[in-house]
Amino acid sequence: MSDSTTMLGRNFKHTIRNPTAVFNAILFPIILLLMFVYVIGGAFDVGVKYIDYATPGMIILTICYGLSATAMAVNSDMTKGIINRFKVMDISRSAVLSAHVVATMLRTLVAITAVIGVALAMGFRPAASFVEWLGAIGLVVLVSFATSWITVALGLAAKTPESAGMVSVPLIMLPFLSSAIVPADTMAVGVRQFAEYQPFTPIIETLRGLLTGDPSAGSAITAVAWCVGIALVGYLWSLATFKKRA
Amino acid sequence: MTSSAIAAAGLRKAYKDKIVLDGIDLDVAAGTVFSLLGPNGAGKTTTINVLTTLTKADGGTVRVAGHDVVTETKAVRAAIGVTGQFAAVDELLTGQENLQLMADLKRLDSGTGRRIVAGLLERFDLTESAQKLVTTYSGGMRRKLDLAMTLVGSPQIIFLDEPTTGLDPRSRRTMWEIIRQLVADGVTIFLTTQYLDEADRLADRIAVLDQGRIVAQGTPAELKRQIPGSHVRFRFADVAEFEAATLFLTGATRDEEDLTLRVPSDGGARSVRALLDKLDDHSIEVEEFSVHTPDLDDVFLALTGRTSTKVDA
Repeated sequence: MSDSTTMLGRNFKHTIRNPTAVFNAILFPIILLLMFVYVIGGAFDVGVKYIDYATPGMIILTICYGLSATAMAVNSDMTKGIINRFKVMDISRSAVLSAHVVATMLRTLVAITAVIGVALAMGFRPAASFVEWLGAIGLVVLVSFATSWITVALGLAAKTPESAGMVSVPLIMLPFLSSAIVPADTMAVGVRQFAEYQPFTPIIETLRGLLTGDPSAGSAITAVAWCVGIALVGYLWSLATFKKRA
Repeated sequence: MTSSAIAAAGLRKAYKDKIVLDGIDLDVAAGTVFSLLGPNGAGKTTTINVLTTLTKADGGTVRVAGHDVVTETKAVRAAIGVTGQFAAVDELLTGQENLQLMADLKRLDSGTGRRIVAGLLERFDLTESAQKLVTTYSGGMRRKLDLAMTLVGSPQIIFLDEPTTGLDPRSRRTMWEIIRQLVADGVTIFLTTQYLDEADRLADRIAVLDQGRIVAQGTPAELKRQIPGSHVRFRFADVAEFEAATLFLTGATRDEEDLTLRVPSDGGARSVRALLDKLDDHSIEVEEFSVHTPDLDDVFLALTGRTSTKVDA
């Protein structure tokens, strides 16, 4: 545990030394939000006020958007000599990796807070009760945890920091191909089926349900199951790759 | 009670079908400097990786600080410090933060940690740059910081993989001085190098590694007895001068194609002057001369019958 705390301190220093990355991680989702709500969203008919529809999707997009920085950081740890130093020390094997996960989650939560703040200023009116808010926060933390672990694995598997930045692109694209921006049933055949069965649709539907005070138990279970599965795969894959890379 | 800091027997390692270590036996007495000498690709880094628990050997046994590297990995890691070929420093941290990170990972209490960090910065002449990010450090400073990080927690056995490769002569001497101080403090040093003079200056024992095998092992003096001494090389402008010189320089080796003579000599100013005087007395014009001290190539030529750079299949 103390190894992880030390490593987290290291990652935290890295983050504050690189303010443009943090700024970028906050700014980009906000720009997307402004663009979809004020520019494009007016043309969509989603049955409710568009900002109420889009904000939960934007929250998930914010999580995914911050991941490329994580993949690059993990990979540059591996490609620079420092990792060999950690490996020959008597410290917990997974401390380096879990520190990346926790740092990513903290950075993401800061960005999400900023996005929700802007959304509220733009007229986002969530109808969630206190318990539903807790559920929403729990889900966001879980999604961030799961996607961070899978990103750590992808970052470890990539050969260079540059290609590590690229491997997280599918994770950024997935929310766009879900019901984040528009309902899945308005999409073309093929894309619609993909959107219905990919993990981000139940996740976003659950989050939207919680925030609008209308949680649907069915998709919540699917969403949590996806998160647990992704986290588990990411964690095991990360450890296996970490051991293999000398 | 054994006085061996490092004892390896029958180490084997292959990557796919390429054999990297082909039965290595090593024994390093505690408190001494052991140097593994060899050209690029001889297996030096692989040996270090196996001894320091980074890589698992395919066969053989290794005990470091009395612990088996496979079954008692944690105890081995707690006893050793490793400085690899490429500076293992965190570039996004300052020099001081790098050292503090090591102190925290070695679980030193904060008072002791701070004192040790300050002491190391002072000792390695890094106090002035302590608050600067490592990205701004020169190559020599990185190496120093790297070694300083290895010393946090006072390991008993230190592995140095080519500690002076790529350093300027001054930084190189500083590094040698630091290594000597460590030995004076009772630390065991295992170092790899491509430079014969470095091994000669620092090591109590040298092992010469060639294509995954140890081809010679002994004290520097024992090893040097097996290799040709220094010589002076003279080149002449034409055949007449060359033939004339051959008459007066006894014991010289002739190279008729290049019109050069190799004369055994200690390479000192006095003996070189004597040789030149002798040629001058007989009015023999020397076009070019050079003093040649034995280097790794000579060692390899003497021990394996070929130079280190020419690897035959």
